[in-house]
Amino acid sequence: MEENKKPLLEVKDLKQHFKLGRKFSVKAVDGVSFRIYPGETYGLVGESGSGKSTIGRSVIRLYEPTSGEVWFQGIKISGRISAEETKRLRTNMQMIFQDPMACLNPRKKILDIVAQGLDIHHMCSTQEEREKRVYRILDMVGLSREHANRYPHQFSGGQRQRIGIARALIMKPELIIADEAISALDVSIQAQVVNLMKEIQKQTKTAILFIAHDLSMVKYISDRIGVLHLGHLVETGTTEEIFSKPVHPYTRSLLSAIPQPDPVSERKRTAYVYDVKELGIDYMAGVEHHVEGQHYVLGTETEVERWVTESF
Amino acid sequence: MNKDKVLSIRDLSISFQTTAGEVNAIRGVDLDLYQGETLAIVGESGSGKSVTVKAIMGILSGNGKIKSGTIHFTSRKSGEEVNENLLRFSKKEMRRRINGRRIAMVFQDPMTSLNPTMTIGSQIMEGMRYHYKTSKKEAYDKAVRLLDLVGITEPEKRMKSYPHQLSGGMRQRVVIAIALSCDPEILICDEPTTALDVTIQAKILELIKEIQEKTGISVIYITHDLGVVAKVADYVAVMYAGKVVEKGLSEEIFYDPRHPYTWGLLSAMPDLDTDDEVLYTIPGSPFNLLNKTEGDAFAERNRFALNIDYRLEPPMFQVTETHYAATWLLHENAPAVSMPEALKERIKRLGKEVEFGGGK
Repeated sequence: MEENKKPLLEVKDLKQHFKLGRKFSVKAVDGVSFRIYPGETYGLVGESGSGKSTIGRSVIRLYEPTSGEVWFQGIKISGRISAEETKRLRTNMQMIFQDPMACLNPRKKILDIVAQGLDIHHMCSTQEEREKRVYRILDMVGLSREHANRYPHQFSGGQRQRIGIARALIMKPELIIADEAISALDVSIQAQVVNLMKEIQKQTKTAILFIAHDLSMVKYISDRIGVLHLGHLVETGTTEEIFSKPVHPYTRSLLSAIPQPDPVSERKRTAYVYDVKELGIDYMAGVEHHVEGQHYVLGTETEVERWVTESF
Repeated sequence: MNKDKVLSIRDLSISFQTTAGEVNAIRGVDLDLYQGETLAIVGESGSGKSVTVKAIMGILSGNGKIKSGTIHFTSRKSGEEVNENLLRFSKKEMRRRINGRRIAMVFQDPMTSLNPTMTIGSQIMEGMRYHYKTSKKEAYDKAVRLLDLVGITEPEKRMKSYPHQLSGGMRQRVVIAIALSCDPEILICDEPTTALDVTIQAKILELIKEIQEKTGISVIYITHDLGVVAKVADYVAVMYAGKVVEKGLSEEIFYDPRHPYTWGLLSAMPDLDTDDEVLYTIPGSPFNLLNKTEGDAFAERNRFALNIDYRLEPPMFQVTETHYAATWLLHENAPAVSMPEALKERIKRLGKEVEFGGGK
């Protein structure tokens, strides 16, 4: 079914290496491919250093990929692109960052912060229209008109993140990249922001690339999930497939690390520790194996066979 | 069984003088910590959980003022008996007698609590040399043993490493080793795993638990993550707007919560077993302590709020011998309100797991 749909974003064998000297380079992302379809949420999870943020940044052209291609709406957007194409991308692709205080200009009012995209692209001809559009977006993210004339420091963390979302939404993007957008918030506020993003997606049909290290929140928001480790996409599939039948040992270790609000069982449980070296897994040797549906696992023939029998 | 009380906080109130006015960060907190047990303080940012432990350590910022209360610290270690109100100590005395030596603290971000210009070995040895005048040789041996205890491989090699050469999880292990270096009686962990990944978080929590079993140390945890609490705590205190709104044994808080705020916190946790479309949220944002409180500070975010909540602050109601909650819902004249259906079901399901999984 998914095969007939045209992907909104396609990342093909993306490699992002950072040179740290003449001989040494860090392979932050080492051959990752995935697709995002219009209107869906793709969750990218992994520990710090797994390359999940790097992928987000490469997609939005903050980094020049070492090799591999990124396609957006059927057009190649990696490497050199025309000025026109750049402009189209900058309105259609938006990013929400982790720390809402660090990404909002402290000397600007919320009205101007949110409207900045409109100003740059000359999308509003009159002052009234500009204000109207900002108010509409603020209303959408659950802030009131009075908030528009305040400064970022006058808001709480959750409200600031709403402003970040509003700023991304006002451009009516096709794709939003949310890089750890909720990691810095309290648990109760995280839930508010996740609900808000889901609600907005329902209304606007925007696709979201949701980058996080917390699998339990990713589960709520994502349609499909990709699990990253050391720059490799080790497992990908629908949320249901990943959570009910995880195959790769790394995915299982991530799942086992999620704490549950249950003191009796939680005290006895120890998290499953995953060590690539100990298990002798070589990511370079692995190829993508189709498990079922949209569920793919990275590994050699024998590895995958063993994991499948272990997990069921 | 009569357990030894190590720390007992009574009626603690702290305010901060700011340009915007006086902020009453802590408004009458009572807490107890027993020998060898773990107390978890839970709450949103701004609930006063960090301020409480900073008061214990005597490291409140300059504009902080302790308005009332006592913090009694009792211990009998290596012949030196301490049974005193920590708030009466001067800063100098605290540094010499308590901080690091009897009560040690682990902060949230390991990179800011480590000195980037010192090797981790000398940072671990520093406390022992200062407090106990341990010889270099002895301190070195103990530092190596501690690194081994916190699960760092090849400890002798690592002694010469600098903080930037270690990963986040390793750094936090080093910080724990430093905290343990002077054999303190109390270890305070202020969001020790918030800056870390889930997988590493699980490992660090298991490590602290293991150390606790080995050394019999008492631990205070500060966190906003109830999952972490479930894993480590014996006692839980839920804080909101500078007050403890519910406290009790870990089982009581998780299986029989009474305060609407605790219900909200528990419901807001994502659950792997349900497929709810929308996550439960606590409406509004945390209480601003700059404002004066009339009645219950939680009332405006509380969908179960009664009329009296807006006028009178609820006292602590006793549920069981160990379980207390400050909500008018527990008053005998209150209407019968029970927790949200979804949460009830979730607890029921957890209870089942208890029967199958553990119990015996």
